[in-house]
Amino acid sequence: MPYRLTIHEAHDRFVQKELTSVELTGAVFDRIEELNPALHAFLHLTRDAALEQARAADARRAQGEDTPLLGVPLAIKDVICVQGMPATAGSKILQGFVPPYDATAIARLRALGAVFLGKTNTDEFAMGSSTENSAYGVTHNPWDLERVPGGSSGGSAAAVAADLCLGAFGTDTGGSIRQPASLCSVVGLKPSYGRVSRYGLIAFASSLDQMGPFAKDVRDAAILLRAIAGHDPLDSTTMPITVPDYTAYLRSNLTGVRVGVPREYFIDGMQPEVEQAIRQAIEVMKSLDAEVREVSLPHTDFGLPVYYLIAPAEASANLARFDGVRYGLRVDGGDILSTYKATRGQGFGPEVKRRIMIGTYALSTGYYDAYYLKAQKVRTLIKSDFDRAFQEVDVIACPTAPTTAFKIGEKVNDPLQMYLSDVFTLNQNLAGICGMSLPCGFDGQGLPIGLQLNGPAFGEEKIIHVAHAYEQATEWHKHKPKIDLR
Amino acid sequence: MSLTRAEVQHIAELAKLQLTEAEEALYQDQLSDILDYIQRLNTLDTEAIPPTATVLPLHSIMRDDVSRPSLPADQILANAPARAGDSFEVRVILEE
Repeated sequence: MPYRLTIHEAHDRFVQKELTSVELTGAVFDRIEELNPALHAFLHLTRDAALEQARAADARRAQGEDTPLLGVPLAIKDVICVQGMPATAGSKILQGFVPPYDATAIARLRALGAVFLGKTNTDEFAMGSSTENSAYGVTHNPWDLERVPGGSSGGSAAAVAADLCLGAFGTDTGGSIRQPASLCSVVGLKPSYGRVSRYGLIAFASSLDQMGPFAKDVRDAAILLRAIAGHDPLDSTTMPITVPDYTAYLRSNLTGVRVGVPREYFIDGMQPEVEQAIRQAIEVMKSLDAEVREVSLPHTDFGLPVYYLIAPAEASANLARFDGVRYGLRVDGGDILSTYKATRGQGFGPEVKRRIMIGTYALSTGYYDAYYLKAQKVRTLIKSDFDRAFQEVDVIACPTAPTTAFKIGEKVNDPLQMYLSDVFTLNQNLAGICGMSLPCGFDGQGLPIGLQLNGPAFGEEKIIHVAHAYEQATEWHKHKPKIDLR
Repeated sequence: MSLTRAEVQHIAELAKLQLTEAEEALYQDQLSDILDYIQRLNTLDTEAIPPTATVLPLHSIMRDDVSRPSLPADQILANAPARAGDSFEVRVILEE
């Protein structure tokens, strides 16, 4: 069953001439055909183009070339531009849009010889925590088809969990990689703001958005991050600093590593089994010789209100470009102004309109100081909390999400309840630091629990080190959903 | 903090969003709830705190002004809802 392989295992088999990319890509597509109808992880599949890329990769390898991703089949969230593949961002307003260029990260993956299987489902414009805001239907969690996979990158998380790809990419503005990784029992890594180019990413909130990998283990996440990270002249918010070889940090003990546990991340209302699993994970880290100490992030509670001003404000500006003129849907309203309004009124779904409305209000005359400026000031306090904590510790360990996967439909009518499922993942984006979710257990119903590790800005190697040591000391990442045994 | 229907309509006008009456009613309730929740920021004294717009220590990134090839017009216009020759076609903006 080659679709079960990790990226590094597949690479080893390629090198040993035990497997070709064409065989692997074909096996993955067979698996997709079998399971995607039940999961709805992919919105678009490009089998012929992928097999063509696989043949080209095999030919490059036959010529003596090698890269860690040569011939490796990957899935891409549908907010990331891949030349020649549709990019809907989960929205009706972009139905039929085919980007004429690759995102910088995609161009880098293409140069390394990766194979692109297709585009994965997402909440519309990455706004959501469950994929229920996708205009093209919900993705089902491979661990329980009646439950959400998390979001917004739920399609990518489900695809990795169900072995419909070897790895995937998503985006994270307030938890959209880490939360679905937690709910689907895979590794998900949000890089520091400025680590990965946003060129070719359909913008949601430009001071928060980052693209990052989903993987079956920490080593694969390190390989995928390394492939896309680094300065890009086409994105002036990428840091012009060198990218470490993350695979050099895959160590097995935690001697000398200081792990901080923030007391504000263990709250009333979280599922007791989640807290229990995180506490046990911290014990494992101690047994690997980590020095564990409590830290405090006193402004944690203010992250949600800050986020739900800043992200919608930026979104309301970014989404102004969808006016029915240059691409996507156009609904004719008789004159130009009515055409804008009709196009946007019919093209955007309920959550996107809600956030455009909040953001427009927060930026409007008379309210800017009270809302937007206030939120930016509290953002400074939230960032200072992390700055202080990282003077005392190397990484911070906490839960990724307060609960395991919830039922489809359970929270759709209550936006605030839905927003609360991101309560542990928003502040890292506001502070610009890096974070990862990795499997650390299951609740009584067999639903996955994720451990979140946070590191300082541009300190991804620190969380990769701790995550790998923890993962190798446990078996959680080897558990697979029973979806194919039905 | 509760928004009036007229305020909801004003925001929708600023955002160029055509809303149905049902949507106006829904957003009036939901936005009021969300703004209520956001009021908790006012419990913090931020008088002396500078705002954060970006977390990066980068400012005014410049590059050499060198011309580079751009995408061909046909590729750009391939996604247009309506085109006229090498232009996007839209409804009249300025009347004579």
